[in-house]
Amino acid sequence: MSVFIVRRLLQAMLVVWIMSLLVYIGVHIVGDPIDMLINPEADQAEIERVIRDLGLDRPIHEQYWYFLLNALKGDLGNSFIFNEPALKLVIQRIPATFELAVTALLLAIIVGIPLGVYAGLKPDGRLSKTIMASSILGFSLPTFWVGLMMIMVFAVMLGWLPSFGRGETKLLFGIPFSFLTLDGLAHLILPALNLSLFKMSLVIRLARAGTREVVHQDYIKFARAKGLSQNRIIFVHLMKNIMIPVVTVLGLEFGGLIAFSVVTETVFSWPGMGKLIIDALHNLDRPIIVAYLMVIVVMFVIINLVVDVLYSILDPRVRIQDLKG
Amino acid sequence: MTEKPILEVENLETHFFTKAGPAKAIDNVSFTVGKGEIMGLVGESGSGKSVTGFSILGLVDAPGEVVGGKVLFKGENLIEASDKRLQELRGNKISMIFQDPMMTLNPVLRVDTQMIETIRAHEKVDKETARQRSRDALAQVGIPAAEERMRAYPHQFSGGMRQRVAIAIALLNKPDLIIADEPTTALDVTIQGQILYEAQKLCRETGTALIWITHDLAVVAGLADKISVMYAGRIVEQGDIDDVLDHPVHPYTIGLLGSVPGHNTRGTRLHQIPGMTPSLFNLPKGCAFQTRCPFADTTCTEDQAITRPIPGRAIRCCHPQREAAQ
Amino acid sequence: MTDILQETPATETLNFKVETPLQQFVSNFCQSKIAIGALIVFGIIVFIALFAPFISPTNPYDLATVSILDAKLPPGSKSLSGVTYWLGTDGAGRGLLSSIFYGLRISLGVGVMSAVIALCFGATMGLVAAYYGGKVDTVIMRIVDIQLSFPSILVALILLAALGKGVDKITIALVIVQWAYYARTVRASALVERNKEYVEAATCLALSDRRILFRHLLPNCLPPLIVVGTVQTAHAISLEATLSFLGVGLPITEPSLGLLIANGFEYMLSGKYWISFFPGVALLITIVSINLVGDQLRDVLNPRLQR
Repeated sequence: MSVFIVRRLLQAMLVVWIMSLLVYIGVHIVGDPIDMLINPEADQAEIERVIRDLGLDRPIHEQYWYFLLNALKGDLGNSFIFNEPALKLVIQRIPATFELAVTALLLAIIVGIPLGVYAGLKPDGRLSKTIMASSILGFSLPTFWVGLMMIMVFAVMLGWLPSFGRGETKLLFGIPFSFLTLDGLAHLILPALNLSLFKMSLVIRLARAGTREVVHQDYIKFARAKGLSQNRIIFVHLMKNIMIPVVTVLGLEFGGLIAFSVVTETVFSWPGMGKLIIDALHNLDRPIIVAYLMVIVVMFVIINLVVDVLYSILDPRVRIQDLKG
Repeated sequence: MTEKPILEVENLETHFFTKAGPAKAIDNVSFTVGKGEIMGLVGESGSGKSVTGFSILGLVDAPGEVVGGKVLFKGENLIEASDKRLQELRGNKISMIFQDPMMTLNPVLRVDTQMIETIRAHEKVDKETARQRSRDALAQVGIPAAEERMRAYPHQFSGGMRQRVAIAIALLNKPDLIIADEPTTALDVTIQGQILYEAQKLCRETGTALIWITHDLAVVAGLADKISVMYAGRIVEQGDIDDVLDHPVHPYTIGLLGSVPGHNTRGTRLHQIPGMTPSLFNLPKGCAFQTRCPFADTTCTEDQAITRPIPGRAIRCCHPQREAAQ
Repeated sequence: MTDILQETPATETLNFKVETPLQQFVSNFCQSKIAIGALIVFGIIVFIALFAPFISPTNPYDLATVSILDAKLPPGSKSLSGVTYWLGTDGAGRGLLSSIFYGLRISLGVGVMSAVIALCFGATMGLVAAYYGGKVDTVIMRIVDIQLSFPSILVALILLAALGKGVDKITIALVIVQWAYYARTVRASALVERNKEYVEAATCLALSDRRILFRHLLPNCLPPLIVVGTVQTAHAISLEATLSFLGVGLPITEPSLGLLIANGFEYMLSGKYWISFFPGVALLITIVSINLVGDQLRDVLNPRLQR
């Protein structure tokens, strides 16, 4: 088991390094920051001074080398706009984004799995057909538009919920979270729901497909032949088999949630990483872009690793295989 | 048999209502099994033998449905029993063993879990007691180091071991009747032999009735007390095992026995029954076997009644080949 | 002893209706009325997109006909020049219905084109990886795996950050985002097909690799490819809209539905919902119809669900 983890860790580090290379090269072609930051009427000396300060005059590979050295020290440069360390700015925003993403994930699971299993057990019922129809809507609807409509209905027309921003926060282990306050929850519901809709539909469809396949398996019939109760069959025999594909997909999709929060955060003005990167893209704030991408890459690699480990815990057949090879 | 039989199946009808039309998977099937008796239910694939097993326990899946007849288990008609009652009986008083143990044991649950739940579904015992009983059952079917092996997953057992586990599960609650659906088909011949021997011993000792469903006549010959031969959903010949095997009457039974390779057929061409089993959607009117029967004539197109030349013997044929010897 | 076992004529007759696979496929597909409905709707949308300049009531991009005095009119109102704006107007006075027609053109055009290019490229890569195996396979699949472990929107953002705005750049970004799905799908089926005997036979006939790949392997890998294709097209359209909404997508000169929705964002809080609502509905109908067709295709083409 530990050989497995070590091997994956090494792979992960390789991926991170390659990504840093790609990110750096790619971002280097982004617009011309000089035009952005310097007053067009500034004289040549001024321009040259700024260029020297920001290190833009050195050859690319030298710039990359310094970048790498600094990155390992945790210094990814200062934001052009905010003039603060880029990495710090990005990391500061992580709790907000995480809060959103985790809430969305929980919503997707808590609502999605029961609905999906029900639709799989009674595929011809009216409720099931409604569920499936809604799930198609769920992943066809573009997230941003749904967000807009939510604001329209719940904030403007009905006035029940606030339409933007994050609510009050309380500290938990020294990190501010807003789900611990009522005001925070009120601000959290709409964006989390918005973000979760897509994944919820996915979970419903997965759970349904999984249920339909599993229900016809011989071991379910055998369980009935043993005289087990319907509940036991569904909640133990069925569930455990469905959870494997659902968890795998969800785990991989959690990364998607974090990425997609870009949209939701923009619509709801939620102060997370997503909003930061969009603003940075518009303003060509290179250090932020780089910092964001590096953080995301590391996050993803960790998520993939965790999912792999989780998968091998859930499916005992995988465990044995990996031990051999 | 002076005692009341454990199982009496009377005029059972199970039909499948498919898009291509209705198919009579089981057509007017009757038999009885007494205490401690072993009955072999023999037939080719598609003859309806597995469906018979499922029909008894009410496990026929859509689009199939039991549409007629009675299944009397110790006098109680299972066809009319409620779902709850059926659940009480399954795995408890009537157990079933399926063909492929790899598919019947849930791959993501441990063996001990699957055994303990069977016990606790029918009796209020605590986990430790259930675990002990499971361990004893495993030992009884010949699985070494039962305590450790219980904690393993199904895929960690070999095929023969897995089937023994399935048998152990069937025995856990001391059933009155076991329905075994081709339990040794997927196993090596040597293991098969062992299991057959143990099955017979078990039934004699505990008085458990056994229905052994198979396509393999050789298996049935050494094991069963009675035999029912099925063809296209109907029982075509039935009776005491020695009687039927030594003096078969129905042309199909004769054909089956003749096509088994034996000692004195070396060098000669293997016999086959010519033709193919008709599809259930396309059965000939009257006797189902007439398309392949060398003795068929126009009388075969009428519905065949079940005749009983002697008590305990039944056939469904209009050209019985020999009078059943007495 | 009479030998009853020999010489009995078989009296079986075979009678089943012979349908070509294509006929069977079409009849299976048509079993779902919803799918047929969706296909029709999608056909209408394609029609609108193709003929927008001809059927659109006004031309929203002809500055001569657009007047700021018509701005922000609710649906159904009449303009000063007597034209009825069925869906209202936006902040600059452009008729929404017409804007949607033109927007559909762009959204659909970019989405479908990128999907088609991605399909061609991805399918080829998948076939090559499966057929040649070994190092080629490993390299291609590693790239695919790494790319697929990142969400599409992220990849798109990175690419657009580097490439900038423009129809061609968006299309390139969308192609790069999608090709990996096609490659992986085709490789999976090609691997299964490669071991079948007809490929061995073709190789023995000394047919060129290219011929084997495209004339023999590819047609048998089509079913899952078609299914993935429909889903991916819908996804591409949705992604482009999202990117345009975020402001990193198509430039203002090529207003897709996403941009229309973005334009309406600022008017939401004052209750002028229609500016964002209707383009969204158009987008929704397009994507849902494609997904419904894709769903039915998947059910029909999935061998495991056949009973």
